[in-house]
Amino acid sequence: MEKERRLSSFAYFLRSLWSLTNRDLKKWYMVPLLLIMSLVQPVIWLGLFGKAMNLGAIFSNSSINITALDIPKQVLNSIGTLFMTSAFGTTDYFSFLAVGMLAFIVLFTSMMSGMSIVWDRRFGFLDKILSTPVSRGSIVIAKILNSTIRSLVQAVVVLVIAILLGMSVAHLSVGGILLTFLALFLLSFGMSSLFVLLALRSKDWQSQMMVVNLLNLPLLFASNAFFPTKFMPSWLQAIASVNPVSFAINIGRNLLLNIPISTSLFNEFLYLGIFAIGITTISVVLSWKLLKG
Amino acid sequence: MQNKVIDVNALSKSFKSLKAVDGISFSVYEGEIFGFLGPNGAGKTTTIKMLTTLIPPSSGEAVILGHSITKEANTVRSMIGVVPQEYTADEDLSGYDNMLLIADLYGLPRSESKKRIADLLSVVELSKAAKRKVSTYSGGMRRRLELAIGLINHPKVLFLDEPTLGLDVQTRTVVWRYIQEMKRRYKMTLFLTTHYLEEADSLCDRIAIIDHGKIIKIGTPDELKQSIGGDIIELSIKNSDSKVLNRIKSTQGVLEAKKINDYYRIKTRKSEELAPKLISMLSKNGYTVDRLSLKKPSLDEVYLDYTGRSLRDEESSGEDVAAMRRTIRMSRA
Repeated sequence: MEKERRLSSFAYFLRSLWSLTNRDLKKWYMVPLLLIMSLVQPVIWLGLFGKAMNLGAIFSNSSINITALDIPKQVLNSIGTLFMTSAFGTTDYFSFLAVGMLAFIVLFTSMMSGMSIVWDRRFGFLDKILSTPVSRGSIVIAKILNSTIRSLVQAVVVLVIAILLGMSVAHLSVGGILLTFLALFLLSFGMSSLFVLLALRSKDWQSQMMVVNLLNLPLLFASNAFFPTKFMPSWLQAIASVNPVSFAINIGRNLLLNIPISTSLFNEFLYLGIFAIGITTISVVLSWKLLKG
Repeated sequence: MQNKVIDVNALSKSFKSLKAVDGISFSVYEGEIFGFLGPNGAGKTTTIKMLTTLIPPSSGEAVILGHSITKEANTVRSMIGVVPQEYTADEDLSGYDNMLLIADLYGLPRSESKKRIADLLSVVELSKAAKRKVSTYSGGMRRRLELAIGLINHPKVLFLDEPTLGLDVQTRTVVWRYIQEMKRRYKMTLFLTTHYLEEADSLCDRIAIIDHGKIIKIGTPDELKQSIGGDIIELSIKNSDSKVLNRIKSTQGVLEAKKINDYYRIKTRKSEELAPKLISMLSKNGYTVDRLSLKKPSLDEVYLDYTGRSLRDEESSGEDVAAMRRTIRMSRA
C-alpha cells in the first residue's frame, strides 16, 4: 500500500471549510449576471424606499400650510425639525433609512443560507460530501460563511450607493464603518446559522421558502429599520427589543450618523455576539445529529 | 480463506412502520465483485446508504475493513469510495473543480490531488472535458465523472449504486469497461446494486438476491442457477418409440426426463457433459437424434423463481421513482 501524505488536522479543517465555501461563492461570482443582479438589487431598494418614503418632506413648510392661521415658515420648519429629531434622532430620514437598508440587505441575503442545503440534498450532492470524512460542522459553517460573505459585499454596495445618493457623511469614520460592519457580520452570521438550522432536515425547497417568506417581513418590520420602535404598540416593542436586526441598526446609526443609543455600544455588540455564537453553536451541534443522507 | 472486507451482521433499517432492510447478514471478500440484485424498493439503496455511513442502522452492525460503520464512521469514510445512483456532481462547476473539491474533503495535499485527478480523468477519458461545466456533459460522461470522483481517495472498497441506471446498452458496456479497469488498477473490492440481470450475471463473482428487505439467496451466478434445478437438454428423435424415455432416464447424470409433444426435455446438472453421452447411447441403440439444444437456466429464471416477479415499479415509493426518473432524464439529456 502506498504511503499517503495527509494534511494536519487544522490545515485540513481550514482547507475543507474554504473549499466548501468557495464552491458556493463560485456560483455567484463566476456568473456575471447573477453578481450584477445581486448588486443592483440593493441599489433599487435604496433608490425606491429611500427616496419614495421621504418623511422629512411631510413636515416641511410646503406640505403643512393651514391657510386660515397663516403660520410663519420658521415655526413650521422648527416644528418639523423638532418632530424629526425627537422621532428619528436626525432630521435626515434618508440617512436614517440607509442604515436600516444595510441591515435589510444583510438580513435578506442571510435568510437564503438554508436554501442551498436543501438544493444540495435534493441533487444528491449532500450525500456525496457526507460520504467523505469532512466534519459535518464544516459543511454547516461553509453555508453560513457563504451567505455572510455575500451579504457583507452587498452591504458595502448599499453603503457606497447611499453615500452617492446623499446619505449624510458628517460623522463617517473608518473605525465607525469597520465597527458597523462587524455588527453586520454578527447579524449575518447569526441569521445565516438560524436558517441553516431550519434547513438541516428540510427536504423540499418550497417549505424552506415558506419559512423564509414567513419570517422576513416580520423580522424587518418588527425592528427599527424604517421607523423608531418607540411609536410602536408595546407588544411590538417587546418583539423589536429582542430582534437582532434592531441591535445592528442601533450600532450603525450611532457610529455612522451619531444618533444616540439608549443603552451602550458595548451592550448592543454583546447581545449580537451572544446571538451569533449561540445560534451557530446550536447549528453545528445539531448538524452532527441531523445532517444525514 | 480470503480476508473479509465487508462483514454485515443482522443489519436492519426501519422508516416508521416500513422495514426497508430486515436483518440481513453477509460477507464480502477481498477482490470480489459482489452484487445486490433486487427489484426497486427492495432495500438495495438503503443498505448501501448504511454501509457508506450516510444513515445509521436501526439495529445490527456492519464492519468494513475492520472498522465499525457506526462507531468508526469517519475511518470507514476515508477508506471507501461511493458512486451514488444519482448524478451528484455540482453542475455549475467544471469536472475538474468537482474532483478537486472532493479531494480537498478527503484531506489530500494539492500536489497529490492534481496528480490523481489528471490520472483518473485520463482513465475515464474526460481529460479534454475537464474544464467544461458538468451541465454540458452527456449522461455517459457524467457517469464516468461520478466514477472518477468516487475513486479520488483510492478506496479499498468501492460502492456502486445502480452504476448504469438509465444508460443505453453501449454506454453501459463502456462504463463497465472503466469500472473493471479501475478495479484492476487499484485492486479494489466492489459492492454494487443493480436490477439488470445480465449485468449481475456477467460481472459479479457473487450475487445476493434481496427482496422486501431480506436476502433470499447468496451465491455465485452459477450456483444460483443450479439451485433452481440445473440445465435443460431438449432433443427430438426421428425413429422414436416407447422405450426411449426409459433409456434416457436410466442414463447417468439425468435428473428428470419427460416427453413433451414430439421432443424430450431432460434436466441435468451439466448439460455439456451429458449431451454427448446421450447422443452416443441413442445412436448405439439405433436411434437417430434429429435436433438437440442445451439451455442454461438464466439468472432471469432464478430471479423470477425467488422473487416471484421481475419488477415492482408500481410498489416502490414515489421518491425512489422520482429520483430514478430524474437520473434517467439527466442521462438522456
